[in-house]
Amino acid sequence: MEMASEIILVEDNLSDADLITRALAKSNVANKILHLKDGQEALDYLFSEGKWKGVKTSNLTKLILLDLKMPKISGLEVLKKIKSNEETKKIPVVVLTSSKEDPDIQECYKLGVNSYVVKPLGFDEFSKTVSQLGMYWMLLNQHPK
Amino acid sequence: MEKISLNDVEILLVEDNDDDAKLTTLALEKNKLNKNLVRLKDGEEALDFIFASGKFEETRSISFPPKLILLDIRMPKVNGIEVLQKIKCAPLTKAIPVIILTSSKEDPDIQRCYNLGANSYVVKPIEYDKFNTTINDIAYYWLKVNQPPSLENLYL
Repeated sequence: MEMASEIILVEDNLSDADLITRALAKSNVANKILHLKDGQEALDYLFSEGKWKGVKTSNLTKLILLDLKMPKISGLEVLKKIKSNEETKKIPVVVLTSSKEDPDIQECYKLGVNSYVVKPLGFDEFSKTVSQLGMYWMLLNQHPK
Repeated sequence: MEKISLNDVEILLVEDNDDDAKLTTLALEKNKLNKNLVRLKDGEEALDFIFASGKFEETRSISFPPKLILLDIRMPKVNGIEVLQKIKCAPLTKAIPVIILTSSKEDPDIQRCYNLGANSYVVKPIEYDKFNTTINDIAYYWLKVNQPPSLENLYL
């Protein structure tokens, strides 16, 4: 069995997840988006463990959108695992977070994040940023096969 | 053109092909994103610039990295892969966003660049208009949407 999700959204805040999904849909890049609610679910999915055991997943993922502050396992921990595994390190990871704190930004870049985007506060700005992000990573960026 | 300080560079374009370099600069100029742009012709120059060595020893400091590096792969002297590897292996430079901008669509190149830590990989469009918009979209994303680490804390 294979999962054909192209974008993996890892976000514990449901209203943010909803807004992100809608903004991606609007810019026509969200046909195959999977929303996971915390770091544990993300790792299970990407490494085919837990409820995803036996499901081939990571080689179809074109983009991971990752929140930082989440229950169970934080985004930093997820990023570290993705970028230290030979199979998953080549998947583009964009951290999408409300944290503007420089230690977080530094740490993400050190761990090998592809891009770091701060969630804008206003609804319109947030939507606009997400569509720009979606278009860049799904239409311009060339991902590994 | 006003001469800019080499410690104040926003976009470092590393491209051996003069036509492509000119097109890229012109495209950015239209949207005024070319303000602090420096173009270098091969990987050796790029490494000297980034690490403030060789001919840039006197005029550059490694503590003032460019905000964005647009890097071609196939170049004389030192190729883009080697430049990427050196940038991403050194703690002082690994946080600089490096975007591979190349005509190669070959998957081994793509895989290799991501494995070495390229932030993004973009294939140069052949058509003129598409090339223009692509360059501007890249610059806009990396200069306005992406949040880089701040310079002051980069070396803690």
